[in-house]
Amino acid sequence: MRALTGHRATWPLLALVVILIVDGIIAPGFFAIRIVEGRLFGTPIDILYRAMPIALIALGMAVVIGSKGIDLSVGSIVAVVGATIAWRIKAGDPHFVILLTALAVGILCGMWNGFLVAVLNIQPIIATLILMVSGRGIGLMINLIYGGTDPSFESPLLQGLSVGSIGYVPTRLILFAGLFVALWLLIRRTALGLFIESVGGNAAAANLAGINARLITFSVYVISGLCTAWAGIILTADVHTSDPVSVALFSELDAILAVVIGGGSLAGGRIYLGMTLLGALVIQTLATSILMSGLPPEYNLLVKAVVVLFVLLLQSNNARDAVFTLFRRRKG
Amino acid sequence: MGETGVTDSSTLRIEMRGVSKTFPGVRALEKVDLQLKAGEVHALLGENGAGKSTLIKIMTGALPRDEGEIRLDGHPVEINTTADAQALGISTVYQEVNLVPTLTVTKNLTLERQPRRFGLISWGRARALAKQRLKRLNLEIDTERLLGSYPVAIQQLVAIARALEDDTRVLVLDEPTASLDANETELLFKIMRDLKSLGIAIVFITHFIDQVYQVADRISVLRNGRMVGTAPAAELPRLELISMMIGRELAAVEARLATSKSEAGGEPVLAAVGLGRRRTMTPFDIALRAGEVVGLAGLLGSGRTETAKLLFGAIRPDSGQLKVDGKAVKRFSPGHSLRYGILFCPEDRKAEGLVGELTVRENIMLGLQAKRGWMRRVWKDEQKRLTQEMIEALAIATPDAEKPVGQLSGGNQQKVVLARSLVAKPKVLLLDEPTRGIDVGAHAEVVALIRRLCAEGLALLVASSELDELVAVSDRVAVLRDRRKVEEMSGADITRENIIHTIAGG
Repeated sequence: MRALTGHRATWPLLALVVILIVDGIIAPGFFAIRIVEGRLFGTPIDILYRAMPIALIALGMAVVIGSKGIDLSVGSIVAVVGATIAWRIKAGDPHFVILLTALAVGILCGMWNGFLVAVLNIQPIIATLILMVSGRGIGLMINLIYGGTDPSFESPLLQGLSVGSIGYVPTRLILFAGLFVALWLLIRRTALGLFIESVGGNAAAANLAGINARLITFSVYVISGLCTAWAGIILTADVHTSDPVSVALFSELDAILAVVIGGGSLAGGRIYLGMTLLGALVIQTLATSILMSGLPPEYNLLVKAVVVLFVLLLQSNNARDAVFTLFRRRKG
Repeated sequence: MGETGVTDSSTLRIEMRGVSKTFPGVRALEKVDLQLKAGEVHALLGENGAGKSTLIKIMTGALPRDEGEIRLDGHPVEINTTADAQALGISTVYQEVNLVPTLTVTKNLTLERQPRRFGLISWGRARALAKQRLKRLNLEIDTERLLGSYPVAIQQLVAIARALEDDTRVLVLDEPTASLDANETELLFKIMRDLKSLGIAIVFITHFIDQVYQVADRISVLRNGRMVGTAPAAELPRLELISMMIGRELAAVEARLATSKSEAGGEPVLAAVGLGRRRTMTPFDIALRAGEVVGLAGLLGSGRTETAKLLFGAIRPDSGQLKVDGKAVKRFSPGHSLRYGILFCPEDRKAEGLVGELTVRENIMLGLQAKRGWMRRVWKDEQKRLTQEMIEALAIATPDAEKPVGQLSGGNQQKVVLARSLVAKPKVLLLDEPTRGIDVGAHAEVVALIRRLCAEGLALLVASSELDELVAVSDRVAVLRDRRKVEEMSGADITRENIIHTIAGG
C-alpha cells in the first residue's frame, strides 16, 4: 500500500482513470474505437490526437522546469513558427525546406531565451516573458510581409504530418512517439538529464563539480524551442493558416500544469518525461469530457480548475495525510 | 555513570524523561533522559546520527515525540510546536543559519515581531530594538546593511541575538562555533558565561572537544539514540569522553602522521606563480607535488577558501600564472581544471557541495560524469559498482545508494563530496575544511584518508581552521593572513605554536 501511494505515477493515473470512468457513465460508447475510412476513430483516439501539441510543449517545459527555469514564451513561439510557415509557403519554398525552417525558427527562439537566461543572467520568468509578449507581434509582422490579407495555405506535406495518418494511426501520434523516445534517450541515456537536474537542484554545486552550468541552462531553452516548434507545425498545419493572435493561447499555462500534475516541482531538480505526458493526457481528457458532458461551455474553465486543484491536492502528501486523519477521527 | 549527573530536582530547569522517537526504519531516540540545571552550560555530544538533533528538535517543538515527558522548572509541559517552546522561553539557534541573507540586520532581528505604531511597522523603534539586542552580545555592526554582506561568524552572532528573549530560560546552540575563528569563539564563550549567570540553561552542541572543556559545566553523551551518560566536565577525562562517544577505544592519535621527506618532491603538479585577484587575494606562489600534503592555515577570512578557489579556477585570477605539469593554464573554469585532474571539495556542503534532491549515487557520479562530458554517460551498472566501491571505501553510512543525499548526516555528506572527487581520479585534490562539522570518528577517518591518498601519489591541498589537523597531515604549511600568504613552513618547523605565532604576525 505504502509503495503504491508513494509512487509518483499513482495519483495522476488514478485521476485519469476516475475521469474516464465518469465519462464511461455519462457517455455510453465513450471507449468505442472503430475504423472509419481506413483510420482509427473514437473518443480515446480523439483525446490522444488533441493532446499532442500540449504534450509536446509540456515535454520541453519539463526539461526547462527541471533546470529550475520556466518558459512562458512557448505560445508565442508557436505563433512565430506558424507565421513563418505561411510566409515561406507564399514565397514558394519547397515544403520540406519549410519544415526545417520552422524547426530552425523554434531553435532560434530557444537560443534567444537561453541567451537571456544563461548569458545575461536574467531570471527565467522575466527573460521568457519578453518573447512571450513580443512573439505574437512578430508573427503579425511576418504576416505583413506578403500583405497579411490571406494567411491561409495548402501544404500536403505539413498537413500530412499533422492531420494525416499512417495505416490506421494518426501521423502526429507516431511522430510524437518518435520525438518522445528521442528526447528520453537524450535525457536519460546521455548524462544531459543528470546535468540539468544537478544545475536545477544546486547550480553553484554543479558548477564547482565541473559542469558548465551556463551551457546546460542555455541548452534547456533550445530543447524547449525545438519541442514547441514541432507543436507549432502541427497546430498551424491543422488549421492551415497563420493566426498569431490566438494560436496556442495559454498553452504555456497548460504545459506548466501538465508538468506539475506529473509531479514536477517548480523548484527544479527533477525531470519526469513520462509523467509529463500523463499530465498532458489528464488535461486533454478533462477538456474533452467537459465538452462531451453537455455542460454549458461557460462552465468549462471553472470545472477544469476544480479538477486540477483536486488532482494536485491528491498528490500532496500533506493534504492526503490531513484528509486521512480527518477520516480516521470521524470513524473513531 | 548515568547517575552522577542527577541532582536535586529543585535546581533543574528542564528535564526530559524517557523520550523516544522513531522515524520510518530508524529508532532515532530510545528512552532518553536529559536534565539541564539552571545556570549551566551543558554540552550535548555524540557522533553524527547519534540523535542530538532529534532530541533538540523535540525539546524545541520542531518534532513531535512518540513517548516521554518534558518538565520545565518542575512542571510537566506540552511542547507541540516551536511556538509553544518559544512561549515557554526555550530558544534555539540551529547549525545552519536560519536567517534571511537578503534582508537587513534590523529586519532579521525583528522579523515577525516588528514594533508597530497605529498598526504599521515602526522602523525607528525596530532599529532601536535591533541595536539593543545586539548590545547584549557586545556586537556593534551597521544594522542597516544586508545580513548576507557580513561574514558567517557575524551572521551566527546575529542569529543568537535574535534567539535571546528577556524571558529565555533555555538556550540551545547547535554547533555555534563551527564557522567561528578563535577570537570569535572566545567572544561567544564570554557571552555564554554571561548568559548562564542569568540562570539560563544553555545546551551546547559541538564537535570540538577542546571547546567543551573550555566552557561546559556538564557533559551528556548520546550514542545510537541512547543516552550513554552525563557527568560534570571536570570529572570526565578526555579519553573516556571520546570512548563514550564512539563506543570503542580511540587508537592513540599520532601527533604527526606526515612523513618527513618533505623536500623529496620533484616537479610540481600544480604551481601558482604570482597568482592573485584584486580585493580577493594578494598574488602568491604555491607548488603542489605528487605525494605531498600542503596545509593552508589562517583565520577565518584570511583567504583560505579564496586560495583554493583560485587554484581550482572557480575564481578567475587577474594576475599571475597557474601551471599544470609545467604548462601554463590559459582558461580558468572548474570544468577545465577537472580535465587537468584538479578537483575541489568545497567547505559549504549544502550551498556548494551537493545537490540535495539527487541521490547519493547521482551526486557521486557527478564529478566523473562532468569529466567525461554529457555524451559519454557512465552506464548504470558501472555507476552502481563505483558508488558501492566508494560507499565501502569511505564507510558512508546510508541505507542504499538511491537515498537523496540531503537526508544523510553531515559527516556522511562530507564523505559523499570526497567520493565525488575521488571517482573522477584526481591528480590534485583541493580540500576546503574537509572535517568541518563532522564528528570525532569520521574526523579520524577523513584524516587517515587524506594520508592514504597522499601515499597513493596524489597532490593534496588542505585548507583548515583546525591547527592540530594541519599539523598532523601536512608536509608543508602555508600560512595566510589578511588575504596574503605570509609564510611557508615545512618539516619539523610545523608545530601548532609556530603556526599560531605566524598567524598572530610575530
